[in-house]
Amino acid sequence: MKDKSKTLLVMDADAIRKAIRRIAHEIVERNTDVSRIVVAGIPTRGVEIARRLVDHIEEIEGVRPDFGVVDVSMHRDDLSTRGRLTAVVPTELPVDLDGRPLVLVDDVLFTGRSCRAALDAVSSFGRPSQIQYAVLVDRGHRQLPIRADYVGKNLPTTRAEKIRVRFENLDHVPDSVSVVKTEEA
Amino acid sequence: MSAWTRKDLLGLEELSAEEIRLILDTTRAFKGVGQRSLKKVPALRGKTLINFFVEPSTRTRTSFELAALRLSADVVNLSVGASSLQKGETLKDTALNLQALQADIIVLRHSSAGASRFLSERLEASIINAGDGAHEHPTQGLLDTFTILEKRGKIEGLKVAIVGDILFSRVARSNIHALIKLGAEVTLVGPTTLVPRVFEKLGVRVAHTLDAVLETADVINLLRIQHERQRKEYFPGLGEYIALFGLTKARAARLKPDCLIMHPGPVNRGVEIDSDVADGARSVILEQVTNGLAVRMAVLYLCAGGAGLPS
Repeated sequence: MKDKSKTLLVMDADAIRKAIRRIAHEIVERNTDVSRIVVAGIPTRGVEIARRLVDHIEEIEGVRPDFGVVDVSMHRDDLSTRGRLTAVVPTELPVDLDGRPLVLVDDVLFTGRSCRAALDAVSSFGRPSQIQYAVLVDRGHRQLPIRADYVGKNLPTTRAEKIRVRFENLDHVPDSVSVVKTEEA
Repeated sequence: MSAWTRKDLLGLEELSAEEIRLILDTTRAFKGVGQRSLKKVPALRGKTLINFFVEPSTRTRTSFELAALRLSADVVNLSVGASSLQKGETLKDTALNLQALQADIIVLRHSSAGASRFLSERLEASIINAGDGAHEHPTQGLLDTFTILEKRGKIEGLKVAIVGDILFSRVARSNIHALIKLGAEVTLVGPTTLVPRVFEKLGVRVAHTLDAVLETADVINLLRIQHERQRKEYFPGLGEYIALFGLTKARAARLKPDCLIMHPGPVNRGVEIDSDVADGARSVILEQVTNGLAVRMAVLYLCAGGAGLPS
């Protein structure tokens, strides 16, 4: 049997930029005091999106929110079924979270398990006043009662498809979101 | 990005430089856990770890135990006094019994080189070598390397002197493998009886006085004289050893100002190192202990994940 995969581009660099900028506007709209919020990305690509969100929010409001990284790998419940492990990125939450709104950022919302792990991870750092969740793509197929507050693009998929997010500064190819369909031929 | 795919950690000799770097990167993340107000993560929840120590050890065992507890694993300690090995059961049978108790991870300290490899080939559980004879003590080698990396920002090109009882030292062997792979220049220092030239085959230099490396070393790692492993006399006496190899105050004054002074413990104050030097500003001996905890968390985490690979 031969693997034949088909890649379909669904967002190009411009579409990604506009989606992230719109989310930044929504975050500003919903949070009256931007200087209080912490925007934290889930590695690897959630961190990049969080970084861009912080830039956009600063452009819009003139105030730069605090930025952070939330590692979820040591809080997941599927360690023994993952097999391949890559290095864990340290959690960096530069400020005391207690009483401040936290915006968690990820690239793709799928089963919701990363988000659950992130909520668990955050709880050992403090008690934010609220936690909001921003994703670039929501592809459906949730396994937990979790939803995103900010969505760049809703993308109906089948479970067999994969969503591939690429950023120029990490992957050395132009920014893109694509659906990869794997068919057995 | 490189990935970890092993269920066991038996030694550093068989690891690639990428695998060692991956453990060190992961260690950095786990060190952060110890600095939180809530020092526990659920990564190994529901896993059982057995500390199986057929040779006495307090600090390594405690470090592994604490590392496992911080990862939410359940831990049982089994030491030789309590073990059936004294009643004549073989190592393999004892280990099979541990596996029958559904241990997921066995941390083994044993006086025979290769004991952990022997078990890893026979058991499905992850085997972590916590010291096997004079062969390897991989987590100690990793924590020493991590400490150097953290303090100096790099390993490549650093001049590291490992001083003392090299012949009987698994700590030295694990350090040598890790440091050479990451590009350090390693010099072994000690009497000819404890540092034979055959070590040069590992890609290290050999010196027979501490004075030869004092002014150039970036790191000095002093090993403990292991009275318990020496079956005959390898040097005339402690006085003579101190005269040639002890890091006295006078010698410490000739070190580079930023030279790191390391010791895997337990320290024989006044033998390998003067008390004042051990407590001085350049000494990172206690940081090694803290880093040991983070290294062991990283190793347990990675091997528990690696065990999930379809074989």
